[in-house]
Amino acid sequence: MKKEHEEFIDGYKSKLPPKIITEIKEHVPTNVTKAKLTKILEEIHGIYENAKIHSGEGVGIVSAESIGEPGTQMTLNTFHLAGVAEVQVTTGLPRLIEIFDSRRAIKTPMMEIHLKSPHNKNIDKIKNFAAQIKETKVGEIVSEFSVNLLEQTLKLILSKDSLESLNLKTEEVAKLVKAKTKSFNLTVEGDEITLTYKGKSDEIKEVYGIKEKIKLIKIKGIKGIHQVLPVKRGEEYVVLTAGSNLKEILELPEVDAEKISTNNINEIEAVLGIEAARQAIMEEVSKVVESQGLNIDARHLMLVADIMCVGGVVKGVTRYGVVSEKTSVMARASFETPLKHIVDASLVGERDRLTSVVENVMLNQPIPLGTGLPGLVTKMK
Amino acid sequence: MEGQEHIHKKVSSIVFGVISPKRMVDSAAAKVVTPELYDKEGYPVDGGLMDIRLGVIDPGLRCKTCGGKLKECPGHFGYISLARPVIHINFVRQILDLLKSSCRFCGRVLIPDDKINKYVGMLDKVTAEEGLEARRKKVKALVAKFKIKDKCPHCNKKQENFKLEKPYTYHEGENKLSPIEVRARLEKIPDDDLVVFGFNAIAIRPEWMVLTVLPIPPVTLRPSITLESGERSEDDLTHKLGDVVRINQRLFENINAGAPEIIIEDLWDLLQYHATSYFNNSVPQIPPARHRGGQVLKTLTERIKSKEGRIRHNLAGKRTNFSARTVISPDPMIQLNEVGVPMVMATNLTVPERITEGNMEYFKKFIENGPKKYPGANYVIRPDGRRKTITEETKEEILEELAPGFVVERHLIDGDVALFNRQPSLHRMSMMCHQVKVLPGKTLRLNPAVCHPYNADFDGDEMNLHIPQTEEARAEAEILMLVQTQLISPRYGLSVVGCIHDSITGNYLLTKELVLTRIEAIDLLFACGINEFSRLPKRDKVTGREVFSVILPKDFNFIGKDKSGNEVKIVNGELKSGYMDKSNLGQESGLLLRNIFEKYGPKRTSDFVDFSSKLGIHVLAKRGFSVGLGDLDLPEEISSKIKAAIDNSLAQVKKFIEDYHEGKLEALPGRGLEETLELKILEVLNRARNEGGNLAMTEAKESGILTMANSGARGNILNIAQMGALVGQQALRGNRISHGFIGRTMSYFKKGDIGTRARGFIGNSFRSGLDPAEFFFGAMTGRDALMDTALRTPKSGYLYRRLSNAMQDLKVEYDGTVRDASGKIVQFSYGEDGLDVTKTENGIIDVKKIIQTIG
Repeated sequence: MKKEHEEFIDGYKSKLPPKIITEIKEHVPTNVTKAKLTKILEEIHGIYENAKIHSGEGVGIVSAESIGEPGTQMTLNTFHLAGVAEVQVTTGLPRLIEIFDSRRAIKTPMMEIHLKSPHNKNIDKIKNFAAQIKETKVGEIVSEFSVNLLEQTLKLILSKDSLESLNLKTEEVAKLVKAKTKSFNLTVEGDEITLTYKGKSDEIKEVYGIKEKIKLIKIKGIKGIHQVLPVKRGEEYVVLTAGSNLKEILELPEVDAEKISTNNINEIEAVLGIEAARQAIMEEVSKVVESQGLNIDARHLMLVADIMCVGGVVKGVTRYGVVSEKTSVMARASFETPLKHIVDASLVGERDRLTSVVENVMLNQPIPLGTGLPGLVTKMK
Repeated sequence: MEGQEHIHKKVSSIVFGVISPKRMVDSAAAKVVTPELYDKEGYPVDGGLMDIRLGVIDPGLRCKTCGGKLKECPGHFGYISLARPVIHINFVRQILDLLKSSCRFCGRVLIPDDKINKYVGMLDKVTAEEGLEARRKKVKALVAKFKIKDKCPHCNKKQENFKLEKPYTYHEGENKLSPIEVRARLEKIPDDDLVVFGFNAIAIRPEWMVLTVLPIPPVTLRPSITLESGERSEDDLTHKLGDVVRINQRLFENINAGAPEIIIEDLWDLLQYHATSYFNNSVPQIPPARHRGGQVLKTLTERIKSKEGRIRHNLAGKRTNFSARTVISPDPMIQLNEVGVPMVMATNLTVPERITEGNMEYFKKFIENGPKKYPGANYVIRPDGRRKTITEETKEEILEELAPGFVVERHLIDGDVALFNRQPSLHRMSMMCHQVKVLPGKTLRLNPAVCHPYNADFDGDEMNLHIPQTEEARAEAEILMLVQTQLISPRYGLSVVGCIHDSITGNYLLTKELVLTRIEAIDLLFACGINEFSRLPKRDKVTGREVFSVILPKDFNFIGKDKSGNEVKIVNGELKSGYMDKSNLGQESGLLLRNIFEKYGPKRTSDFVDFSSKLGIHVLAKRGFSVGLGDLDLPEEISSKIKAAIDNSLAQVKKFIEDYHEGKLEALPGRGLEETLELKILEVLNRARNEGGNLAMTEAKESGILTMANSGARGNILNIAQMGALVGQQALRGNRISHGFIGRTMSYFKKGDIGTRARGFIGNSFRSGLDPAEFFFGAMTGRDALMDTALRTPKSGYLYRRLSNAMQDLKVEYDGTVRDASGKIVQFSYGEDGLDVTKTENGIIDVKKIIQTIG
């Protein structure tokens, strides 16, 4: 396209949103005349102005309806098999509720880890990487625990295969175990670790207690990554994980930080900030919506994500989150725990200025939305 | 009332606060001193709880305070002065916080003077951001930080530790604090220090949280009911207040008589209990007060709280007059935006019309007809606000005095506006404005094309009808809520109404294969309400497409796709290629309707939907269309092919199972052996069903069922396959069925049998019939689906409620930003580009198309 045309289109930047500008540049024929281009731009500008939302439109309730109504059509079945080799993830209504609640602990945290160029082509490298990040606990590599109550000892026999595949030595494991078992004497013999209780000899509980504790000691990998699954995506290999730990995974040198993704919104918020969290909410919700074969416009998801993130931290759509932020006492009281809100308001001497919807419904007054919004000022004779 | 001059005032704000004892007494109309309610004659006792100074609930009486009769007097508060103070149960925690954080001698907050100013700002910020709860915690933390060796920083005296023994007893160290002492402590706290706690000294003095006076709500707030036997049954609140008054009097008497301390203590405790359960009868630690029958009393808190409470039931939810509800039934012959109203409703629902000189004669006819004869009128409202019933007797008199300024409440007539609604009202299309069409019969009638937005069917659904009563309401309903204006869903920017069922089948057949004589075509079009046939080609035979083209707008151009992927091309209002099926005429899909809407507006679109749905139905009526068991008949050769496909799959599964038992099966990555086996089996069996279905579909002869599935009117390939070929594998939660007995699903399978039949594979079709085991498996998945629906409804309902409560006050301001009620900006431009979803095509402006139409 000619440069002057491009500049001419750019002149509309203040009038049209950027997406439409780029689309115009894409679709305008190269041999267009200036007069025709003006006509096109004016036409599109006219259509855009016509399609703009009206002032006073109650966009909040429209978005709430647009998400709430298809909610009744979603399935409750938590598990959904996307393909043979995929990790199981929560979808449907339970996932939607989880996202809007902004729960700290989600049911099925999941990551998709992309690797940088040399690492992502070779299946062995990927497998190796996957094994590296998988959280392994002592319990998984011990082939036998034997407790000798008489001598107050606990013997761990490590599985040779596991040690080999993890590239570990018995001594390394012993060192980790030792750090957590201060009240025991530790000896290593081949692939056996023997622990002897230091204290009084009638403490049977101690030995059993320590056995359970030892099982949970982390030897290798990244906390929270329970399961790893290298899969092929197009040309490259990626690692799918059950469990998520964005912060630590991002610190690994092989990882392609720009492509990595997790479904844990709170982690995204903590590591990447609120804007990333907003984007994540939108993406996660639209994933659910799409998987259910429903159609909700992105603008509605955007608005919910915005209302959840507008305070600078992710807040759930609950009585403790978004709803507690409302300025109106009566609006809060009409949602949940009315007594608490009324008592608190009375202590502070709160003034409800009746600026939102429910209060005015309660008082039989016009609500300040749509046709109820404009007032009329007239000069009295 | 109409005719009366009204001064309209608007409430601009409401302030919450704690009422002071002085104000309670000052604003009270009476002091209540006796628990008795009525004397022997049944007249309210002076100084009793039903004192007529507190308002009247008996028709004959007049209020002593304002002189108003029943329904005129709003009621007046009274009070009881308590013999000893009691703690207000709803403030227990706040009192404890105050006691803990203030000096027991000088009453100052336990933070040094120089630090107070420093922290108040920080505390205010905490309150604004996290709420009052967080502020209280912060204050406690600050007190703990600055309290040096349990000494007050102001008077340097030693502090004790306070404890709350739930529900309402305070301890200071080892000693119990009586409410009198608590009150004395709270009195000491200076106004200036209250600021630290976030209390507003104008709204509240902390000692008011310990009650010395109890307000008595007006009688009108707790009306008694007279039972059939003539016995009076008092409201729960009256019962509870009676208890309070009784114990209070006893306590007074005992104190005056100088009774022993123990007795007074006991009575005081009892008074505290009654006062507590008067405010809140569901405090965890105390037994709830009950009726004699054992039913728990509903006192103040219970009245306010929860879905059935005052706030959600009566304040946020309203009831209306001029509304009706009954069963709905379909009528494809009425227009899209009409509602068929049965005669009984039309004569009971009314519209007020103001009489002017111009319309007087017209409305006189209505009055002459009276309430029984349609179209008549039921009431007349005179300019002075008096309402007169029209009967045979009063008719003459009313006609005589009728003059401009009167209001006649006339029956519904065709063309009146009404709001039509079906619960659950999940989106704004659940309540739309229709035009009334009075019809014989007893059900409300609606056009089947608008079923989808209401989510209605006719298996016994009921719907509500509301008649707006003012010009303002009618105008708003017509402009904003009329069916035509709601055609495009704000959820995804496509049409929510469209042809359904027979209309689609009819149009599909018409545009696909029918050739009509010109006479027949004109017949058909005329039946749909078209009387302009110049666009029909002047030939003896016309094709179905040409007939359909007549109802398209003249200069309409459109390129799209039909359900089977063929191009649909409309040039200058003529359908050139493609079939009219669900993806073009149906709801929730297709851009055809959306395009017509955009170019020709609401009226033309609704007309188009109207014409096309009628056309479809008439085509079917003319051509004939039926569905039967024979439609599922398959040629011998195909059934054997299907059988072979099934057998093949079963053999494959058998092979997998053998491999599994011999340990030859290789596990998929990230899966166990059993999981792998299950996955593989499921895959094979699902493929078997699809193959069977495809065979049945592709090779089957042309039939009614096939036409319906192909046009998208009803049913799909899967349904046909299940009826004609095989039902397929039944799955619970994505797995084959494995519940039931130990190691098997039913007792006549062998233990450990993991073959196809034992795990819910149905090889029969619905046509050939299922055997008992298969039937049972089918019932299992059916039950699972039912359960899913039953569990989902309340969950999604709650999610919806939360979303709408959180977002209901967001609106687009005049500057284009989206803000909440307090003016906080949520988005700088709605949806980042300021576009209205209903005015876009599925959320986008199609730049390419615009350029093409211009270029």
